[in-house]
Amino acid sequence: MILFIRRIYAMILRHIYLFMCSWPRVLELIYWPFLNMVLWAFMSKFLAQNSNIFLMASGVLIASVIMWDTLFRGQLGVTLSFIEELWSRNLGNIAVSPLKPIELVISLIIASFLRTLIGVGGAGIAAYFLFDFHIPLFGIGFILFFINLLIMGWALGLAICALLIRFGLSAETFAWAALFFIQPLCGVFYPVTILPEWLQPLSLLIPATYIFEGMRLAFFDGVFGSDLLLKAFLINIIYIFIGVCLLLFSYSYAKKNGLLLANGE
Amino acid sequence: MKARPKIQSFSNVVLSVKHIYKNYGLINAVSDVSFSVEKSKTIGLLGSNGAGKTTTIMMLMGILKATSGEIKILEKDVYKYRNKIAKYINFASPFVELPHRLTVLQNLKVFGHLYGVKYLDDQIHKISMDLDILDLLKRRVGKLSAGQKTRVSLAKSLINNPKILFLDEPTASLDPDNADWIRTYLEKYQKQTGATFILASHNMPEVERLCHNVVMMGNGKVIDYDSPKNLITRYKSKDLEEVFLQLARKDKV
Repeated sequence: MILFIRRIYAMILRHIYLFMCSWPRVLELIYWPFLNMVLWAFMSKFLAQNSNIFLMASGVLIASVIMWDTLFRGQLGVTLSFIEELWSRNLGNIAVSPLKPIELVISLIIASFLRTLIGVGGAGIAAYFLFDFHIPLFGIGFILFFINLLIMGWALGLAICALLIRFGLSAETFAWAALFFIQPLCGVFYPVTILPEWLQPLSLLIPATYIFEGMRLAFFDGVFGSDLLLKAFLINIIYIFIGVCLLLFSYSYAKKNGLLLANGE
Repeated sequence: MKARPKIQSFSNVVLSVKHIYKNYGLINAVSDVSFSVEKSKTIGLLGSNGAGKTTTIMMLMGILKATSGEIKILEKDVYKYRNKIAKYINFASPFVELPHRLTVLQNLKVFGHLYGVKYLDDQIHKISMDLDILDLLKRRVGKLSAGQKTRVSLAKSLINNPKILFLDEPTASLDPDNADWIRTYLEKYQKQTGATFILASHNMPEVERLCHNVVMMGNGKVIDYDSPKNLITRYKSKDLEEVFLQLARKDKV
């Protein structure tokens, strides 16, 4: 096996082993997305009985919540995978090893993908069987929506990892809270035209805004917003680039300031 | 396709440090430290808390950038060739832990893959036999005693058959029996493999026993550098501990 692939594999294996050894962690992955989905599915049912809009597109709220969870779990997957190294005071061992920072980035992204697949995939399957929930797929179009949400989550997750390297576990709160700052702005459950006019330009800087808009377009009008997908993708390229750069810069800063062995609880 | 250059050392010096400095703003953590280490030798870094030992070790391992100076491992610049060199070094410290939830075997597999170890299963079996941890392989690291953890940490640090092994207080918090077992093992390992050890320790009998040379550090500087025997003679002391105390009371280390 090529050595760099083997090093990335080692880091993925570390997370797979962790899940094999810790069933509460696996349960936690599935628990919140499932609970969220169930809550909003019942809410959808209730609204569909009382509102024409929701009767027209009964799956829109479930889709919103599953897509939001994709974004959130994507970000959390990156940051939690990194935080595990800080909790276990293992970052020093990893820093001394031949693992390159960019390989660490790739391994965090793959670990996040697996975590999200388990958590959100589980909720999606449950929604299908329990609430007869269907996503209008438009070929692979809708999957690209999900991929864009993941990319945005990874970009934010990597930026938070950069803070964790710089400030240690005192920056842990950002891992849980950062995305909720963005939630009202990106129109998860409502169109951004609801926002005050001065806030709307800000929401246009968030890739998820276009994805949620595209999702509603698909549900209400049966149209696939490829232009919205493209806009989200272009902004995402910039953000993932910034996220990777921030983490690499922070790693380099830690190397200059002796933070790689000092990090921990 | 071009063959990748392999790191080979033609002289006996496997590690050389020339005039390294480390400043954090106005604070000089390490000032003008120079020394070299030959193959199959153990060098001890001695000094009181805050003397600059850990900072020096971190710089030697390439995970802390020196403000200036030159560090070469196997004749290669440690920062320029960090990823190539990393394959040939390893590190054990009771202050840096392995993931507690993972079993010993899982940890060794993860680090074996990280270091690109060939025939990993055989290597894990061999190290586990040598370090007497075969029956710990399926146990979680978090459930082990301090002595067992030290052996496992040592197993991780030897997984890639390092040419240079950095040991930061390898026997800290161990009872005398376990500590002696570790020291004996390290001596045997060095004889068998020709590995070089860089040891930071506060345990003077340990340093006296294991080290061929000692770098005495104080306030980030090298105060003295010689074999334990010569240092004891020079400072007219009965052992290295007395040398250390003499220097400490003169506020040098």
